[in-house]
Amino acid sequence: MSRQANRGTESKKMSSELFTLTYGALVTQLCKDYENDEDVNKQLDRMGYNIGVRLIEDFLARSNVGRCHDFRETADVIAKVAFKMYLGITPSITNWSPAGDEFSLILENNPLVDFVELPDNHSSLIYSNLLCGVLRGALEMVQMAVEAKFVQDTLKGDGVTEIRMRFLRRIEDNLPAGEE
Amino acid sequence: MAIFSVYVVNKAGGLIYQWDSYSPRAEAEKTFSYPLDLLLKLHDERVLVAFGQRDGIRVGHAVLAINGVDVNGKYTADGKEVLEYLGNSANYPVSIRFGRPRLTSNEKLMLASMFHSLFAIGSQLSPEQGSSGIEMLETDTFKLHCFQTLTGIKFVVLADPRQAGIDSLLRKIYEIYSDFALKNPFYSLEMPIRCELFDQNLKLALEVAEKAGTFGPGS
Repeated sequence: MSRQANRGTESKKMSSELFTLTYGALVTQLCKDYENDEDVNKQLDRMGYNIGVRLIEDFLARSNVGRCHDFRETADVIAKVAFKMYLGITPSITNWSPAGDEFSLILENNPLVDFVELPDNHSSLIYSNLLCGVLRGALEMVQMAVEAKFVQDTLKGDGVTEIRMRFLRRIEDNLPAGEE
Repeated sequence: MAIFSVYVVNKAGGLIYQWDSYSPRAEAEKTFSYPLDLLLKLHDERVLVAFGQRDGIRVGHAVLAINGVDVNGKYTADGKEVLEYLGNSANYPVSIRFGRPRLTSNEKLMLASMFHSLFAIGSQLSPEQGSSGIEMLETDTFKLHCFQTLTGIKFVVLADPRQAGIDSLLRKIYEIYSDFALKNPFYSLEMPIRCELFDQNLKLALEVAEKAGTFGPGS
């Protein structure tokens, strides 16, 4: 996909099938390379992290959202703006913990897993673990340390895909000036 | 050119990108005969005009080139010392180009990290909580505009005081950064940006901003 210097429209249309095939090729190659589901999950998380730290700047440059002041605002922005912008879906936010530091993102349909079925020998593979890495990397660049993990997955027979996000702490070192 | 320079500073205060526009207005080339009627002195590894002013050559201007060949600090391109060369009447008549001394890249690095610290002071001095850092610095010859992203990267543009539309230019530079630098997988974060596409698109954006911005005299 090449970019021309003058981009008139905001986003280029690309076939989602190509995206599904690309992601699938990535996961299957990782499975061949590592042979162990746990290692593949870690690699997917790491790759997602590297995507996340770059994606956040693109997101901030295009969406013009300001700094979020609490985790609820963050959850809203992630579900309603970010997921919509990049995957075209709007997950719902549920299951807030009493302290307001954990919530769940419920994805009705996950574009990464169109047409995918997990075989029995890969039962502990978290296919979409890239997404957890992306969320972790992106939020780390805006000074929030979070943990993201899949608790339900349609590939494993659950009804919906659920990502649990937990706020760990605010990252205080290297704060940009004026953000105390 | 109404936009003089662009600097991009990373989170730690290091300069990762710098662009200067070349302004021929600030330079003057003249032919001289022996003896030279300008007094030159060596200062900070450069040969500067200490006294004497004529035809656009001012005190403080540096020797940029002799006979068309760029000078390297206090040495000519062939390795001779400039002051010695100009003291020898056998080398005249000679054509010397004077101009405002250009900053070396080390100086630019130091200035960028100094600005990074000053930016933080801006928010600390504020009487109100949660103030931003320095957004604009104004002098009689230029205005410095600074935009800090939520992730701590600063985009700094030095422009003519009458130039409008710098805020949207800063946002556009942020977009260009997120496209041509960050989406290049071979570019590592926080490192100097050496991406050609970034350079090209930045220059395009600067041209667009200049055309759209200044409507005053002298544009």
